[in-house]
Amino acid sequence: MAAPPPPRTEPFVLDVLGRSDYAIIGELIPPDSRVLDLGCGEGDLLAWLAANKGVQARGVEISGPKARKAIASGVSVFQGDLLDALAGYSDGAFNYVILSQTLQETREPLLVLREMLRCGSQGIVAFPNFGHWRVRLAHLFTGRAPRTKLFPYEWYDSPNIHFLTVTDFQMLAAQEGWTIERQIFIAGRRRVPLLPNLLAETAVFLIKRSEGCKG
Amino acid sequence: MIAEAHTVPFDSITLDSGVELAPVQVAWESYGSLDATASNAILILHAFSGDAHAAGVSPETGLPGWWDNMIGPGKAFDTNKYFVICSNVLGGCRGTTGPSSINPATGCPWAMSFPVITIGDMVRLQKKLMDHLGIARLLAVTGGSMGGMQALEWAVAWPDSVVAAIPIATTARHSAQQIAFDEVGRQAIMADPDWCGGNYYGKTPPARGLAVARMIGHITYMSDDSMREKFARRLRGKDQFGFDFEVDFEVESYLRYRGRQFVDRFDANSYLYITKAMDYFDLTASRSSLSAALEGVKVRFLVLSFTSDWLYPSYQAQEIVRALRGHNADVAYCELPSNYGHDAFLVDVAEQADLVRGFLDSTWKGRS
Repeated sequence: MAAPPPPRTEPFVLDVLGRSDYAIIGELIPPDSRVLDLGCGEGDLLAWLAANKGVQARGVEISGPKARKAIASGVSVFQGDLLDALAGYSDGAFNYVILSQTLQETREPLLVLREMLRCGSQGIVAFPNFGHWRVRLAHLFTGRAPRTKLFPYEWYDSPNIHFLTVTDFQMLAAQEGWTIERQIFIAGRRRVPLLPNLLAETAVFLIKRSEGCKG
Repeated sequence: MIAEAHTVPFDSITLDSGVELAPVQVAWESYGSLDATASNAILILHAFSGDAHAAGVSPETGLPGWWDNMIGPGKAFDTNKYFVICSNVLGGCRGTTGPSSINPATGCPWAMSFPVITIGDMVRLQKKLMDHLGIARLLAVTGGSMGGMQALEWAVAWPDSVVAAIPIATTARHSAQQIAFDEVGRQAIMADPDWCGGNYYGKTPPARGLAVARMIGHITYMSDDSMREKFARRLRGKDQFGFDFEVDFEVESYLRYRGRQFVDRFDANSYLYITKAMDYFDLTASRSSLSAALEGVKVRFLVLSFTSDWLYPSYQAQEIVRALRGHNADVAYCELPSNYGHDAFLVDVAEQADLVRGFLDSTWKGRS
């Protein structure tokens, strides 16, 4: 006898994909949306969204081995540079453009964010919070580039080239005239209700361009 | 897996040049079986010098097909699931009508009175074959090099008859460099006194010219890396130079062997006609741009290129992908790492097979 289908709930996404930010993104995206995932890795999230929410899934991934895994699992992924890929899409081509744990690794983060809000009606941005208290303490007490669970790399081999905090992102959104529709803060598997800039390990923002705002 | 060869005659075909070619026949093979709703058919499109024998063992020659590493039970084009078809192209010399076929009006081979054909004409004849086989919609069309051009042409000319296309190591239009190599090959053939204006049938064929053309072709199919790996500067059957113009190097021996071998299985006039068709190929012709050509095409795409392929460089594949992306088409693209140059799609297939298998699988599940 076939097992009953798993319930489509947040813990399920979390168990399958093992990432809290994916769980929240899975929850934010309504069924049958057009979704572009920037820096989609091996396409786990897109495959899950396609299978469970019937979304039209597209991905961009610069790493050849990861892009190949994604394509081999049936996800439509373009192997290449984010900005190069974004430039090819028409305005409003997607309902949602996802940038999950990728922003801090991009060479031109502001350009990427502007482009994602051009191609997508809404953007979902998830990033590790450099303002977390452990990062602050590591920096304060060791006097070195902070290494924590969230930022485990040595300064010379880190893929992260832009470090930002929850507050930094909120300020940028205000400056660029983006509306923050939702902001969700997590530490481990728990939501962080208070003092996100200090307590959140990961921040997930749902943003869109305000009506009549620039570029 | 034994490959069974078939031939189908048709009354005529109207060519892009406006000429009515009559009659015309197509040689084809198939592997696997067509399902009850004729929805599991995949059309394999061969490259310049290929033929309908794509997979399995030919009962006549005992040789495996040219893409036997990709097609068969449990392989990327899984014949346990899919009905896989391959036909020889129009203008070819392996069973489909071409310049070496008899012109019924004269009782002699067409030779250079054969009309100039295009990639579009090849595809039109394949469409006739699909209609004949009762296949209204192909699950996928795929091929490398010139096969990729046909796959693109299929998607643009018959978008409703194709669910997915997998163009590999190919281009939407031949570049000056590609045309240049083809022209050198053609000139080598036409400079051979045995070519006789194309009327060599029943006489000595232009074997030297055709062999030189093939030698040039083979150089363009390899890469600096693959040639260094395969031949380096190794001498052939000797320890020192011969100080003459016999074969010294392994690479010379290889090219001469390939050239000679080609003469036995390929018609020089077909070489002229098919390379001309490739050179004429331009998806953007008669449309304002590549983007315009691909507008409204609802075909799902997997586009592949190879890092060391300098004959069909990745930028040409990316140009196709960019145009598709502008229409938010369903397109996957990957540049596969390989040292084998343009030949990679034929010989370095492990990763290509994984991608094709996954792509077909999701196409099969999502077909409507």
